[in-house]
Amino acid sequence: MQTIDLRGVTCPTNFVMAKLELEDIETGTTIEFLLDDGEPAKNVPRSLKDEGHKLLGLQERDGYYVLTLEKGED
Amino acid sequence: MAEPKIDLKNLKAGGFIKERGKDLFTVRLRVPGGRMSVDRLAKIARVAQKFGKGYVHLSVRQSIELININFADFDAVVAELGEEQQKVASCGARVRVPTACGGCEYNPNGLVDTQKSALEVDQKLFGTATGHHKFKVCFAGCPFDCPKSAINDVGFQGAVWPKLDVDGCIGCGLCAKSCTEGALSMGADKKPVFDAVKCIYCGDCIKVCPTGAWSAEKKGYTVRIGGKWGRRPLVGTLFATFVPEERVVDFITCVLTWYQEKAEGAGRVRLGDIIIREGWQSLLERLRSEFPQYVVQQTIAPQVIQTQLPLPGQQA
Ligand code: SF4
Ligand code: SF4
Ligand code: SF4
Repeated sequence: MQTIDLRGVTCPTNFVMAKLELEDIETGTTIEFLLDDGEPAKNVPRSLKDEGHKLLGLQERDGYYVLTLEKGED
Repeated sequence: MAEPKIDLKNLKAGGFIKERGKDLFTVRLRVPGGRMSVDRLAKIARVAQKFGKGYVHLSVRQSIELININFADFDAVVAELGEEQQKVASCGARVRVPTACGGCEYNPNGLVDTQKSALEVDQKLFGTATGHHKFKVCFAGCPFDCPKSAINDVGFQGAVWPKLDVDGCIGCGLCAKSCTEGALSMGADKKPVFDAVKCIYCGDCIKVCPTGAWSAEKKGYTVRIGGKWGRRPLVGTLFATFVPEERVVDFITCVLTWYQEKAEGAGRVRLGDIIIREGWQSLLERLRSEFPQYVVQQTIAPQVIQTQLPLPGQQA
């Protein structure tokens, strides 16, 4: 599975980068994003879910979050 | 990672705010002091029509916000606005675009050039990272304080210290009648008597005097620090008087440095709450070291405005 590290990237750049990344993969593919605690963890998963992607998991790991998503329909 | 299709540098500068709908963002524009040329306004209108929803929103802090901008159009929006030197504004933990009233060039009440101050602060300090939370600055031209300077992190308000030329006074009494603060009364010699404690430095006496017996001894900004609005509002309190217009940027920089230092590790905390935590003496002393002639002897902490019942200490 592909992992995209978005730690150290502030809102909304992290969200836009995640979007751009999702544009390049097939519907139904699973992908992982690493997100900072705080605003990024609060905003990015919710925003991506609103865009039609399936949230599979969100787990805290040593001060950051791992978001697992399945790409939805374009 | 794939080659990005849009210039992420634009995003990092701030001012692009995620909306509810898929792919949609609000783009907040940088409008220091709320003033803009008609050419620029026309350009913004064209951009809003082409890329937006056909309307804009005027924010409470004098910015124009383009609504419903698709993220794929960011580069085009930034480029087209740039044709009229219109920049995108900031959000986040930074020094924000300063707001200001119309100021003194055409308004009879204004005492200082608020527009000039707002532009200078925008050029020199806009976007500076605070490390903690947003940092808002505002300029009011006189004690009417239309833009509500005391609910900003640093709020400036034009002020003038009146001086009487006793020989020039013809004893008409107009100044005493005009002084709504009761700082002037007519003495037995038919000359005005000045009570400095009551004076708010509005300059009404200077404006009304038919002979010009009242004039400005000094002019500058009254500065209140530590205000904010929002979920837990605070009113900023007096830290300095008659700060000259050319020292404004230095003054803000001094406050900002203190804030950056004292809020270390405190997370998202506004300046006013740090002043309450650290004590106003600490900030006042820091300012006194650089601005001894303008800083007040003592002050009080930013004042909490209770907006929710029951008040602390009351039974629910
Ligand atoms: S604060 Fe004073 S100068 Fe500014 S708009 Fe109000 S009355 Fe005019
Ligand atoms: S500056 Fe204003 S408050 Fe002070 S004496 Fe003059 S009119 Fe009164
Ligand atoms: S308005 Fe001027 S002339 Fe009249 S009492 Fe006041 S200082 Fe004297």
